[in-house]
Amino acid sequence: MTRPAENTFQRLRRKINRGDSWLTTDLGRLFTADKLGDDAVEHIEERLLLADAGVEASTALGQFTHREIMSGRVTKETQLREVLHDALLDLLVPCDQPLVIPTADKPFVIFVVGVNGVGKTTTIGKLAARFRNDGHRVLLAAGDTFRAAATEQLTTWSQRTGAELVTQGAGADPASVAYDAVQAAQKRGIDIVIVDTAGRLHTQAHLMDELRKIKRVVQKLDPAAPHEVLLVLDATTGANALNQAQQFHAAVGVTGLAVTKLDGTAKGGVLLAIAKQMKLPVRFVGIGEGVDDLLPFNAKSYVEALVA
Amino acid sequence: MFENLSSRFSRVLDSIRGQGRLTEDQVNSAARELRMALLEADVALPVVHTFVDHLKTRAVGTEVVASLTPGQALLGVVQQELVTALGETTAPLNLRTQPPAIILMAGLQGSGKTTSTGKLALRLRDVEKKKVMVVSADVYRPAAIEQLRVVAEQVGVEWVPSTVQDKPVDIARRAVDAARAAFADVLIVDTAGRTSVDEAMMKEIAALHATLNPIETLFVVDAMTGQDAARTAKAFGDVLPLTGVILTKADGDARGGAALSVRTVTGAPIKFMGVGEKPAAFEVFHPDRVAQRILGQGDVLSLIEETARKVDHEKAEQLAKKLKSKSGFDLTDFRDQMREVQKMGSMESLLEKLPGGRQMQAQLKNAQPEKAMKHAVAIIDSMTPQERRFPHLIKAARKRRIAAGAGLQVQEVNKLLRQYESTRDMMKKFARGGMNKMMRALAARMPHGAMPRH
Repeated sequence: MTRPAENTFQRLRRKINRGDSWLTTDLGRLFTADKLGDDAVEHIEERLLLADAGVEASTALGQFTHREIMSGRVTKETQLREVLHDALLDLLVPCDQPLVIPTADKPFVIFVVGVNGVGKTTTIGKLAARFRNDGHRVLLAAGDTFRAAATEQLTTWSQRTGAELVTQGAGADPASVAYDAVQAAQKRGIDIVIVDTAGRLHTQAHLMDELRKIKRVVQKLDPAAPHEVLLVLDATTGANALNQAQQFHAAVGVTGLAVTKLDGTAKGGVLLAIAKQMKLPVRFVGIGEGVDDLLPFNAKSYVEALVA
Repeated sequence: MFENLSSRFSRVLDSIRGQGRLTEDQVNSAARELRMALLEADVALPVVHTFVDHLKTRAVGTEVVASLTPGQALLGVVQQELVTALGETTAPLNLRTQPPAIILMAGLQGSGKTTSTGKLALRLRDVEKKKVMVVSADVYRPAAIEQLRVVAEQVGVEWVPSTVQDKPVDIARRAVDAARAAFADVLIVDTAGRTSVDEAMMKEIAALHATLNPIETLFVVDAMTGQDAARTAKAFGDVLPLTGVILTKADGDARGGAALSVRTVTGAPIKFMGVGEKPAAFEVFHPDRVAQRILGQGDVLSLIEETARKVDHEKAEQLAKKLKSKSGFDLTDFRDQMREVQKMGSMESLLEKLPGGRQMQAQLKNAQPEKAMKHAVAIIDSMTPQERRFPHLIKAARKRRIAAGAGLQVQEVNKLLRQYESTRDMMKKFARGGMNKMMRALAARMPHGAMPRH
C-alpha cells in the first residue's frame, strides 16, 4: 500500500488528473490538420467554466490564449499545452505561500472557519497529524459547540494524533472555549493551538458576529492572535466560494485558504476563480480521505498535474 | 438563494418587456445575456445549452411573435422553461408500501445528509404523523453515528444503534428488522459521504440499496455546488435509482445552479430544501413558485402557508379576545407578538418571498431587525409583571433599572415604549371591528379550514 517514492506531483496527478483532465483531455481535437479551429478558444473557455473557474477567470484565460494563437505562436498541441500551463501558473503563483510556523510566537493560534460541511474538522485532524509529525505540541479547541457530536469528532482526532484537547461540551460559548484553550496552551507551553469553529453560512450576520467575538476574546490573551485564520473551502463549490471568501475575510480577516475535496470531479477550477479575484494565499489542498491527503499547496506541481 | 440569478434575469427581461416588436437581434442578445447569467449561477453547461436552445426556438415561434406584447410572451416562455428545468410539479414523498417505508440518503461529504435526515424525520413525524426510526450506516467519519443519535434525540424520533465495527450492509439489515419489530412506519438510513469517483464506496452504496430495497432513494446536494453538481448527480444516478433530491443550505446566497441542473441531469425531482440550521427549517420544493422567485415575482403563496403553519392559533385567539376586553394590549402581549414573528424565521427569508422583497432585503442587511427584536424582548423580560401590565408606571428610575437589566441604554427602553404605544393604538383601532373585517377578507381567499373563522 505504501508509495514511498511518490512525490507531491505524482500524488496530485493520481488524485486530480487520471489522464481525464478537464483542461487537456482531447486537446488535440481542437487542431484540424495542424491548424487551430476557430472555436478552440471558446472550447477552452467552456472547459474552464466546467471546472468552476468562474466567468471572470475563464474569460481572462480564454482571451490570453486567443492572443497567443493570433500571434502565431501556437501551432501544435504541445505549444497550446505550454501556453495554458504558463497562463495558469502566472495566475496561481501569487497564491503559493505556504504556512510557516515561526518559533518565536508561542502558541501559534490558528482559527479554522468555513461554511457547513466543507470539512473543517477533518482538515483540523489532518493538520494536527502534520504538525505532530513535525514535532510540534498541538492543542485542539472544540469551538464547534453547535453541531451534534462535533466535539466527539474532534476528540477522536485528538486521540488519533496525540494532540491535546480543550472542550466545554455542546452548547458552550465558543469564545470561552477558545479563550480557555489559548490560556491552557500558554501555561503548558504548547506550540500550536487549532480552534475549530461551527460551520456557518457567510450570510448569517449574527454568526459572523460570533466569529468576531471569538477573535476579540482570544486577543485579550494575545493581541497578535489569531496568527492564522484558515478558511476551508469545498472544491466542489461553484461561484459561491468567492462570496464565502469575501464575507469571511470581511468578518475576521482570512489569512489563508485550505481547499478540500479536490479529488471530486470538477478538479478544482475554483482555485483559479479565487486566485483571479481574491489573491489569498492557498495553504493546503485536500485530495482524499487519508490523514496524509492534505498537502501544502504548490502552484507548480498543481498546474503540472492539471495540464500534463 | 437565487438573488443573483433573479436580478440578472429581471434586468434582461425588463429591457424587452415593454417592446411592441421583438427583432431577432433582441432575442439573440437576450439569450446571450441569459446564458451568461445561468453560467455565472453555476448551472451545468449542458443544461444551459438546452435551456437557451429551447428559448431561442420558441422565441422566434408564433407564440411570441404573433403576440401583441412579445416581451411579455417571452417572459412567459422563460418562466415555462425554468419550471420545466426545475421539474413541472411538486413531487411528494412516496411512502405507499408495506411499512416500514425505507428511505436511503446518499450524497457527497458535507452535503448535509445527517442534518437532512433529522429534518425529514421531524417533518414525517409532525406533518405526516408517522412513527419514524433512523439509523446511521456511516462507519467511517469519526462521531458520525453519535451525530445522528443526538439529532434523533433533538427531533424526538427513535434511533437504531450501530457501531463503527459493523459492516454498513449488516447495519441496514438489522435496522430493517428493528423497524419491523417496533412497527415503525418509516426507516431513514443515513450513509457516509462519498465522492462519485470512489468506486469501492459507490459499490458499497449500491449494495446497501440492494439490501434495503428502499421506496425512496434521496440524493442530498448542497445548493452551493458548482459544475460538479450535475456530474456527481449523474454518477450517483447511474449507480442508484434516485427517486428524489434534497437541496441543502438553500438559505445562503447560492445562485441556485444546482437546483436548475440536478433535475435535468438525473430526472429525479427536487422534493425538499433545507433553509436554515434549525430542524424545522425544511421546505417542500415547489418548482413553479421557485421559478417565480427567480424571476423576481415573489412567492406569496409559500409565505401564507408558512405563516398559517407556524402561528400559534390559540395565542392569536387569546390576543383577539384580550383586545376586546377591558385590560387591553399590554407589554406581555407585545412580547408574545414579537416571539411569534421571530418564529416565522429570519426577516430575510420572509422578504425573499415577497415581490420586490429583494431590494428591501438589501436595505435591511445593515439594520439587523432580528437583533432589534431580540433587544426588545430582553427589555420586556427585564420588567416586573406589574410593569408589563401597567406600562405607565415606568418612569426614569425604573427605566434605568430595566436598561441595566437588559444590558442596553435607557434610550432603547424609551424607543421600545414608544413602539409599544403606537402598536397598542393600532390594535385598538383593529379591535373596533377593523380586525374582523380584515380576517374575513383574508379567510375568504383561503381554502376552508386554513384560517380560524371569526
